[in-house]
Amino acid sequence: MNFRRLFLIATPYGWLLALFMVPFLIVLKISLSDTAVAIPPYAPTFDLSAGWAGLKELFSGLDFENFVWLTEDDLYWKSYVSSLKIAAVATFFTLLIGYPVAYAMSRARSEWRPTLMMLIILPFWSSALIRVYAWIGILSSEGYLNQVLLWLGVVDQPLTILNTQIAVYIGIVYTYLPFMILPVYASLEKLDESLLEAAEDLGCSRVSAFWRVTFPLSKPGIIAGCFLVFIPSLGEFVIPSILGGSRTLMIGKVLWEEFFNNRDWPVASAVAVVLLLILVIPIVLFQRNEEKNA
Amino acid sequence: MKRNMSFFNATSLSLGLAFLYLPMLLLMIYSFNESRLVTVWAGFSTKWYGELLRNQQFLDAAWVTLRVAVVSSTIATVLGTMAAWVLVRERRFLGRTLFSGMIYAPLVMPEVITGLSLLLLFIAIGLDRGILTIILAHTTFSMCYVSVVVSSRLVTFDRSLEEAALDLGCSPMQAFGFVTLPIIAPAVVSGWLLAFTLSLDDLVIASFTSGPSSTTLPIKIFSSMRLGVSPEINALSTILISIVAVGVVVAALVSKRQIARRETEEREGQK
Repeated sequence: MNFRRLFLIATPYGWLLALFMVPFLIVLKISLSDTAVAIPPYAPTFDLSAGWAGLKELFSGLDFENFVWLTEDDLYWKSYVSSLKIAAVATFFTLLIGYPVAYAMSRARSEWRPTLMMLIILPFWSSALIRVYAWIGILSSEGYLNQVLLWLGVVDQPLTILNTQIAVYIGIVYTYLPFMILPVYASLEKLDESLLEAAEDLGCSRVSAFWRVTFPLSKPGIIAGCFLVFIPSLGEFVIPSILGGSRTLMIGKVLWEEFFNNRDWPVASAVAVVLLLILVIPIVLFQRNEEKNA
Repeated sequence: MKRNMSFFNATSLSLGLAFLYLPMLLLMIYSFNESRLVTVWAGFSTKWYGELLRNQQFLDAAWVTLRVAVVSSTIATVLGTMAAWVLVRERRFLGRTLFSGMIYAPLVMPEVITGLSLLLLFIAIGLDRGILTIILAHTTFSMCYVSVVVSSRLVTFDRSLEEAALDLGCSPMQAFGFVTLPIIAPAVVSGWLLAFTLSLDDLVIASFTSGPSSTTLPIKIFSSMRLGVSPEINALSTILISIVAVGVVVAALVSKRQIARRETEEREGQK
């Protein structure tokens, strides 16, 4: 192996080992440590100078009591369940809204498609924080939505939407809509038109041709889109903390509060480890789906 | 293929685009509102932009954010391009699976976990939190995005061009600099832009890794948002959205022209 090749491989490798792998191992270690009232607020710490004896002591100091604590206090499992539920429901609504848009894009004239594509991608480039913030003005009790509804006479009391789970659903659908539209559009665009013509020649109505030909063929895009929305919304912090109010439980927010407000690092680390274990399942399924369609 | 869109398709497309753009449009319109009450229109005014420019805290935060974004995206582009090269070209080396795992894992890792783990590392090695730690953190996750973007271009790259350069007496470094790099340059540039905007927008990881003297703009925006909607934030958001929109449109037009030029060149080369 020559020097140039070694340098090429070792530089990014070393960087990722030091700043991705090692930090992750530290989280794992701290999640097994005891809470202590100190700075940093956990024990035991690393002490490499103690050598082998120190290492043995380190491992004997590790235990699973933070994980036991997670199962005993129902705040945590309630947050995991509620995160899973919110992510699943939001993914469903994203599909419901995103599919017709992707479908219409694939039916548009081919010279419009790049422009439409850019219009879908553009919001993704601007700050998610700002885009979520924009909804406060719309959803608050004196916000634009309530102003319009009151003016139309649809409601006579302003609706409470901000600081509820509905606001979180809206925020997730809004933020991740491009993630659904793009893969679905990619699979619809590849669709061979002659299949639809054949179906119609054979007596299918246009609606049943859609359900029997188009929809099944767009399944890989739908599955990819669902994972791309579900996976990031599970650990979402910004949306529930801005739109969800104090009563919406999501695990990303719980981790944040455990860390910054309660300063309980071992529990925050344990929360992180469990969240990762939950995420492994959809990620592996997603990868299988991608490989199958590659 | 020419055909007119059905009524249903036209409706769903316009509703979808309205859903995506209306919130941002309202935000931008109301940044020119005279009143401090954000949701009540009281006449046109640009005074909140003036207020913003006099707000030293926002200006300081913007300066920190800009420095972090420029430095981290530049390092991330170098490292990410190297990583992409390794992923595509180096088929066999010790720990290749771990390497590609470490490239893809940060893309799906929840930000709260990335932030938490980096903070715990910085504390374990006794590194004071400040601009340097944010740069390290941002470089780490954005280099993975860069390497995904660049490797998708490298995969389709015709290696015979590089071999020709080597046969004609180029050193491997020269072949890379004169042949490979100019061809993959659009991907490298879009990787840099992606890394830059990711760094500019990041709230969660920066919150974990910043110190008291290194507040970034998203952190400042987030802490003011907790107090509710304010016209200054609307004005600031309008500025940021406009910069990004102009940047993306210009980048798209430039790359479209480049693709067109390359296609003409290739067509002429075939003659």
